[in-house]
Amino acid sequence: MPYLDVRDVHKTFATPRGRTHVLGGASLALDDGEFVAIVGYSGSGKTTLISLIAGLLAPDAGEIVLDGRPVSEPGPERGIVFQQYSLLPWLTAHDNVALAVDAVDAARPPAERRQRTGELLALVGLTSAAGKRPRELSGGMRQRVAVARGLAMRPKVLLMDEPFSALDALTRATLQDELLRIWSERRSTVVLVTNDVDEAILLADRIYPMTPGPGAVLGPPIEVGLPRPRERRHMSLAPAYQKVRHQIVDFLRACRRGGAA
Amino acid sequence: MLRRVVLPLLGLAVVLVVWTALSQTVAPDIPSPARTWQESRRYVLEPFFKDGELNQGILRLAFYSLVRVAKGFALALLIGTPIGFMLGLSRTFHDTFDPIIQFLRPISPLAWLPLGLVIFRQSEPAAVFTIALCAMWPTVINTAVGVRSISQDYLNVGRVLKLSRFTMLTKIIGPASLPYIFTGYRLSLGLAWLVIVASEMLTGTPGVGGFLWQEYNSLVYSHIILSVITIGAIGFLLDRLMGVVEARVKAS
Repeated sequence: MPYLDVRDVHKTFATPRGRTHVLGGASLALDDGEFVAIVGYSGSGKTTLISLIAGLLAPDAGEIVLDGRPVSEPGPERGIVFQQYSLLPWLTAHDNVALAVDAVDAARPPAERRQRTGELLALVGLTSAAGKRPRELSGGMRQRVAVARGLAMRPKVLLMDEPFSALDALTRATLQDELLRIWSERRSTVVLVTNDVDEAILLADRIYPMTPGPGAVLGPPIEVGLPRPRERRHMSLAPAYQKVRHQIVDFLRACRRGGAA
Repeated sequence: MLRRVVLPLLGLAVVLVVWTALSQTVAPDIPSPARTWQESRRYVLEPFFKDGELNQGILRLAFYSLVRVAKGFALALLIGTPIGFMLGLSRTFHDTFDPIIQFLRPISPLAWLPLGLVIFRQSEPAAVFTIALCAMWPTVINTAVGVRSISQDYLNVGRVLKLSRFTMLTKIIGPASLPYIFTGYRLSLGLAWLVIVASEMLTGTPGVGGFLWQEYNSLVYSHIILSVITIGAIGFLLDRLMGVVEARVKAS
């Protein structure tokens, strides 16, 4: 049985203009320590799927099981890095991370918690900006805080919802490299949602393409199969890279054409 | 310079001219600006003298009123803020009490005051009671709106972290709604200052409102104008003061 098992989940939202069928039976399976990416067009239901796994929304049908336990509510074991960062603007970078550390490690002594908060900030390279409020930080730094907060939750699976989509291309590349480094050190289980095919190939072990909604489903997973550690510069030239890239893009294009017809 | 100093002074001059013209034509009982100043100068130049209970320097009278307002305002915040939180947090509480609040809100201070006198049998607590009752509604409503309009993103952070109700309140809901709460406080203070005049006039207690009513009864109309100007100036200062506090809170 997979570590994280999403089985045939459906989700429909009631809107003023009628019901919107967002997910029409999405399934995915993850092993412990795997990095999986979900790639799809904007608005296809990726955020909905992440929210379902996080337990922030409940599916209309289907089941989500993590480590043998069905997901029924949000919890820190499914740590999440939100698309809009969702840092608390009245707390400093340090306090935003400390909020998560204090909540998850409540049983440990305060000194130990403080130390761990410091370690997490150092891990994302923010030690010198620890005392700043989110609005004093650049977009890239804010997302680093959000990543540190996500890791602070000691998640069994870290959910990332288009974490770098709001950043400029250079900052995005830097943060992708850092995420790659952090993941190589810790081998945590990650579900990354993105609309950036190259980001998915660089980071993930396996990629699920998502069909455009309404009634989105996940296509058959594509193994990336590129050796780790990966290096951005060498990778794009590899034939395997090109092959995976074409597979994903062709699948998404075919879905779109099919959907439009 | 022109927009911040010259134009406002020009506006003031226009008002003084119209006032003078009115006092010399259609309203001969109203003293002109010059006569008002002459008859009021002692109250302004020696603002803290005390000759009798209702014959005191204007700032001493204003001080009595301000103390009364401070008591009523503090009571309004103490009662209004928790009610606002409960309205914003609990659907059941909202549905139970919102109709009553909407019903109580428009009731005039003049209607509450006699009730206060019946309950407390003394003018001072009755006045404070009236101020608190009338001034707390903006605090109640704004706090409730602030709590209800917290971004779902912030609440989701709390849900994922499984924060306790207390931590949720102190770390997320409280700080997030603080700007709304302070807008409510500012409006409440403005209302409290409006109510003080009415309640002092009716109870005859020493203060700007009490002084105003007494001078009306003794036909010293220039002192009515002095009181009106004082009430306006202090109201303006209070609003500015709360405006600064509010801006501080919103900036932090």
